[in-house]
Amino acid sequence: MLPCFHCGLPAVRAYTREIAGVERAFCCVGCQAVASAIIEGGLADFYAFRDSKNKPADTPAKNFAAYDLPEVQEAFVSRLTPDDDEALISIGGISCAACAWLIEQRLRRLAAVREVSVNATTHRCRIVWQKSQLPVSELFAAIHSVGYQPSPLTESEQQRLRHREARRALMRLGVAGIGMMQVGMFAIALHAGDFQGMDGQWRQFFRGVSLLVATPVVFFSAWPFFANARRAISHRQLTMDVPVALAIALAYGASAYATVSNSGAVYFDSIVMFTFFLLLGRYLEMRVRQSSAFLAERVASLLPTTVDRLRDAEVETIPLAALRVGDRICVAAGGVMPCDGRVAEGASSVDESVLTGESAPRPLRAGGEVFAGTGNIENRLLIQALAVGKNTRLAAVERLLDRAGADKPRSVTIADRVASYFVALVLLAALGVGVYWYLHAPEKVLWVLLSVLVATCPCALSLATPAALTAGTLALRRSGVLVSSAQFIEQLSAIDHVVFDKTGTLTESEITVAEIRSLDGKSERRIGEIIAALEAGGSHPIAGAFAAYRYCGSASRVTHVPGQGVVGEYQGRRYKFGLREFAGPECALDYPAPGMWQLLTEDGAPAAWVLLANRARRNIAPLLAFFAEHNIRTELLSGDRADNVDAFARGYGLPARGGALPEDKLEHIRALQAGGAKVLMVGDGINDVPVLKAADLSIAAGDATRLAQTHADAVLIHGDLLALRDMWLMARRVRAKIKQNFAWALLYNAAILPLAAMALVPPYLAAIGMSASSLLVVLNATRLRASK
Amino acid sequence: MASLFILIPVALVFVAIAIGIFLWAVRAGQFEDLDTEGKRILFDKASRRSSQSKDP
Repeated sequence: MLPCFHCGLPAVRAYTREIAGVERAFCCVGCQAVASAIIEGGLADFYAFRDSKNKPADTPAKNFAAYDLPEVQEAFVSRLTPDDDEALISIGGISCAACAWLIEQRLRRLAAVREVSVNATTHRCRIVWQKSQLPVSELFAAIHSVGYQPSPLTESEQQRLRHREARRALMRLGVAGIGMMQVGMFAIALHAGDFQGMDGQWRQFFRGVSLLVATPVVFFSAWPFFANARRAISHRQLTMDVPVALAIALAYGASAYATVSNSGAVYFDSIVMFTFFLLLGRYLEMRVRQSSAFLAERVASLLPTTVDRLRDAEVETIPLAALRVGDRICVAAGGVMPCDGRVAEGASSVDESVLTGESAPRPLRAGGEVFAGTGNIENRLLIQALAVGKNTRLAAVERLLDRAGADKPRSVTIADRVASYFVALVLLAALGVGVYWYLHAPEKVLWVLLSVLVATCPCALSLATPAALTAGTLALRRSGVLVSSAQFIEQLSAIDHVVFDKTGTLTESEITVAEIRSLDGKSERRIGEIIAALEAGGSHPIAGAFAAYRYCGSASRVTHVPGQGVVGEYQGRRYKFGLREFAGPECALDYPAPGMWQLLTEDGAPAAWVLLANRARRNIAPLLAFFAEHNIRTELLSGDRADNVDAFARGYGLPARGGALPEDKLEHIRALQAGGAKVLMVGDGINDVPVLKAADLSIAAGDATRLAQTHADAVLIHGDLLALRDMWLMARRVRAKIKQNFAWALLYNAAILPLAAMALVPPYLAAIGMSASSLLVVLNATRLRASK
Repeated sequence: MASLFILIPVALVFVAIAIGIFLWAVRAGQFEDLDTEGKRILFDKASRRSSQSKDP
């Protein structure tokens, strides 16, 4: 089957279009419409530029009129000049630089738009345009027409802080880099002078200039080290920042004193180089951590921005914030519930996978309860609001999540453990050396002491972990795993328990046809054709399972009965498809086996059993075998119905527990942790989020919800479960590399300490030794990327 | 050799200017998106063939 030209999913022959003289096929009318909009807009080049296939387009028609309400605009539109307004929009679906280009080009075609810039990294878009000429909703519609999902950009205080922190870090790094080059240049002159002889006046001049350049590096660039060290000491901890801050402060103080008093030795080059290397390591680490996949997203972003309130038999659109308990609201088919409430009128079914993880929709009629964030599937519903804002079930999940995050066990990193021993050791050695020289040659004591501290400077030691972790993180990213905190890799190799969620983690989230059992001799193809005709045009997840079957002419008189099935006429016969009780109440048939069996009847006579299932992802068995081989216990913990979960798990010999609520899952993880287990949780839904946060480590799988991604430690970009194996193997190699690096750094420090204590290490040797050992550590770490 | 007494301070002034420009660039968001800008010139050149018509 051909892949869709736009998104790469299997294409359907019904949707084609000629592009640049070639007939292209699409998977759905949405992708076809988007491709048409792109071609007709003269932007066909986009398809030549893009690096990867697009995300599938969603439903073609979407109403953005709600964004024209002034109350809604307040959050993201601001007036620049009397004519121009500025809108900040967050855009979903951007995958490469070409997407940014496409959106910019599309918006520039609008006459009212003056300036557009789209950032492909942060997915933010800034538009300056004349609001009087063009409503905001038109901007949204334009972005949507080329296949992306716009939403107002609302930045939390935390995000703004992080943004500032990232900029500040880059400034510190740049200043340190430029300073390092300058001081290094002067240092070469000074070191050469030590060998060849140098006039006192020149020496003084070069030292003075070095001091001038090193000062901003120490006070601006190295400031975070001092701040962190102070915080660590006030918490009575010895972290890696303590020896770093100590070395920088002492070396700078003594060198400045030496320059002013024209005595001793200066170490400016070592100080700035040291600062630059360390800042570089931390900056790279921060870049990984702040990549867009981990930008925090709050639960609120799942809810619609506006609701349709019914007042005096008239529908008015109001912002979500204006919704009050007791209001009656309309929720269209395909819409999201804005609040908890009770159905006043209408019947439909709801997709509650957001809260429960259960993928099968729940039928609903008047009087039934609905929850904020769940999706209305079939019909329009009239709902009476019972709880809004902070009082909804969804908000309760979010609070649960905050609490789970706060209780998360923090493991001490190897680096910090080594650092505490190291600092104690160096300080003791320095004390001994100081006492010895004080007794034998008091005039030399300061310079010997300083040379001990600089020579044993923990540069290689403090680079040992970040270098290996950053290299490992980058290598993992290339194999499709995004890691949020570098510590994740360090801790992953210590895991002894893996807990999976079923829906969407071990199985694909879409429903597929697993088996067709014909009861009256029809071929499978014919049965699929009939059901496809019945389900055509339905937005129910089951409809998607039959999209691959072709049929001629759709069925007539089709009625969807929520939670039961569908009935309709196709080629002169009346068909019913759905639950046994619905499709064939008169035929006494038992379900053939456990699972989601649906019955098809033809004019009342049973025609076929169809087993629907969430298809299992590939490579589950090899993954479980791999974990078993390394003595890691695996387990399935799911919110789906217990019999479904058991049936699934039995096939893999996986211990399973079904029907677990988020609270149960959390409790289960806690119990495991109390028993001393280190738990890795692999999940995908919002219902998993508290558990993801509570587990020692967590991975959001495949097409996990954005919320789950932002709260997990790592994200699998594609659905291949074997990436978990690669990740674990990589973690083990990174851990080995960290140990090697530590061994080398400690060996170097141990070797140079006696020499420095005997006053045999001149400043240039200290500088060379320090850079060489740092370089060795970094190069050793980069080998992680090269070898596979 | 004495010229160094002048040349090095001059060099330092240039360094200060370079740092100033760098800090401005960071503040102005020049380093926010390193992927798109590098490719834009390629996209724009190719798309100049297609007419830049504006619709209301």
